[in-house]
Amino acid sequence: MSATVLPQPAVPMKRSKLRRSISDSLVVTERNLVAYLRIPDQLFFSSVQPIMFVLLFRYVFGGAIATPGMSYVNFLMAGIFVQTVLFGSVSTSVGLAEDLHKGLIERFRSLPMARSAVLFGRTLADSVRNVFVVILITIVGFLVGFRIGTSFGLYLVAFALLIFFAFAFSWVFAYIGLSASNSETAQLMAFPILFPLTFASTAFVPASSMPPWLRWFAEHQPVSIMVNATRGLMQGGPGANTGHWVMLAIIWSFIFMAIFIPLSVWRYRRVG
Amino acid sequence: MDGRWHGERSLSAETDNGERQAPAAGSLAHRDEPMTAAIEAEGLTKTFGGEVKALNGVGFTVEKGTVLGLLGPNGAGKTTTVRVLTTTLTPDSGWARVNGLDVVKDANKVRASIGLAGQYAAVDENLTGRENLRMVGQLFQLSRKDASRVADELLEHFNLTEAANRPSKTYSGGMRRRLDIAAALVVRPPVLFLDEPTTGLDPNSRNSVWQIVEDLVENGTTVLLTTQYLEEADRLADNIVVVDRGAVIAEGTPAKLKSTLGETVLDLGFADTTTAASAINLFKGSWPAPPVLDGTMVELPIDAGPSQVMIALRTLDEAGIAPTTMTLREPSLDDVFLSLTGRRAELEEADV
Repeated sequence: MSATVLPQPAVPMKRSKLRRSISDSLVVTERNLVAYLRIPDQLFFSSVQPIMFVLLFRYVFGGAIATPGMSYVNFLMAGIFVQTVLFGSVSTSVGLAEDLHKGLIERFRSLPMARSAVLFGRTLADSVRNVFVVILITIVGFLVGFRIGTSFGLYLVAFALLIFFAFAFSWVFAYIGLSASNSETAQLMAFPILFPLTFASTAFVPASSMPPWLRWFAEHQPVSIMVNATRGLMQGGPGANTGHWVMLAIIWSFIFMAIFIPLSVWRYRRVG
Repeated sequence: MDGRWHGERSLSAETDNGERQAPAAGSLAHRDEPMTAAIEAEGLTKTFGGEVKALNGVGFTVEKGTVLGLLGPNGAGKTTTVRVLTTTLTPDSGWARVNGLDVVKDANKVRASIGLAGQYAAVDENLTGRENLRMVGQLFQLSRKDASRVADELLEHFNLTEAANRPSKTYSGGMRRRLDIAAALVVRPPVLFLDEPTTGLDPNSRNSVWQIVEDLVENGTTVLLTTQYLEEADRLADNIVVVDRGAVIAEGTPAKLKSTLGETVLDLGFADTTTAASAINLFKGSWPAPPVLDGTMVELPIDAGPSQVMIALRTLDEAGIAPTTMTLREPSLDDVFLSLTGRRAELEEADV
């Protein structure tokens, strides 16, 4: 081994519990974002998928779907935004499952860091990624004819709500990631949850075209509520009832967090 | 020499009711002086999935500034023991203290005073060596500046400076292991846990890891090391605890454990396993220490010098069995392990 002496140990800072939780979460967030940048092909292909959905619905299915009150592309984009940020939460579960099975979580658990920091670091990094994805999808939307019908300010409100709702929803996937036997399973487990929620919703078609039982589900489930809120904020129009949907979307976000943050932290403490 | 065998054999075997007998003089003394113990564990049990008893009453003490080798085959409970002591797993019963702190009640304080490296505590392969160490430093609550400084100094110390800015997935096995150990040393913890630190490494890298451990111990660090390699335990450990099926089956210094097999071992090779089996039957019961059968080999512990070798050969001759090879050698820890468990320590590695 080299002749140099071991480094002089540094003195850990005395921090309050809250201060430590925040700084630990940010350290893990940074680590996850650096890892994203180190695998650019993964970043590229995860952006390709929502673009394909835009093109698929805009040009293949769109012509056959009647949307009262607005053009289909304006109707569609609200659904695409919500679908894209929710599908992004798959990376929350896959990332945590990978950390778990590669032994990183074992390392983190042996460190004097906040127990919730690995999970917040993951969900926050995925939120940052969602910011870039929403910007990208907005640009693609503009290229295929999407226009904001209300105001840029309300578009920004919708943007913030999308990131917040997706952050809350990603905790469901944090729990799944810590429960899956490996990262492939974590990925597969996402689809039985995401598909019914995004497709049996008001994201791509009006619920009025569905059979009554499905229509009831589609009109009341949280993804439709979030889609309606986004559509209202971006397009407005008579009967949009935007305030109502935004309120419900915020309530659903808090419900997801109230259940799945404690559940995920509990799981993190016991996993392995 | 005759008395050694009976006097020092049972080093600190567990009795049936789980109580520990007094250790042999000079092996693990000071049990009643808690201030000198860096690690204490008593009666640890852990059951996974209601069925598998991973730990079944493990207990031992590690004195400050010493190296304990935790030895045993795969599935013996080595890693589970380390996970309990490093607070990542809560035991079902029993207790353990590291630096005098309870691993369950004072878990976060324990975490601040230990380093963990090994096969189950990895580095992030997407991050560079420097980023990995800086992250761990920051999670030890060092300022970003201090974490960066310590990271650079550790990289220098472990000959990783040239690779510091490469993602660690490009590292060789030996480099990755050095980075892993460096990550465990960010705050220079008084107690270091190394879980199979050299498994899968080539002899050169293994040697450099051993050198690192020896340097640390010289500087006062207490080390608990799990290993399947008896050579590693022999070289590094002051004391050895042998676990099998979740329980401690023997403990003592390497020399003491080896002395349980007598001064020397007589290896007798036979033409086939049947001959070897009939040969060992001649010695079973009558030989002062139990002989060991290993394929076509019979290993006879020798306590009483050349006359005992002559007795062995005469016994074989009278039975009309002729060995094909014969060697006299010092006993190894591997022999100890074989005589304790009936299995070789390293054979089960394929299960990993």
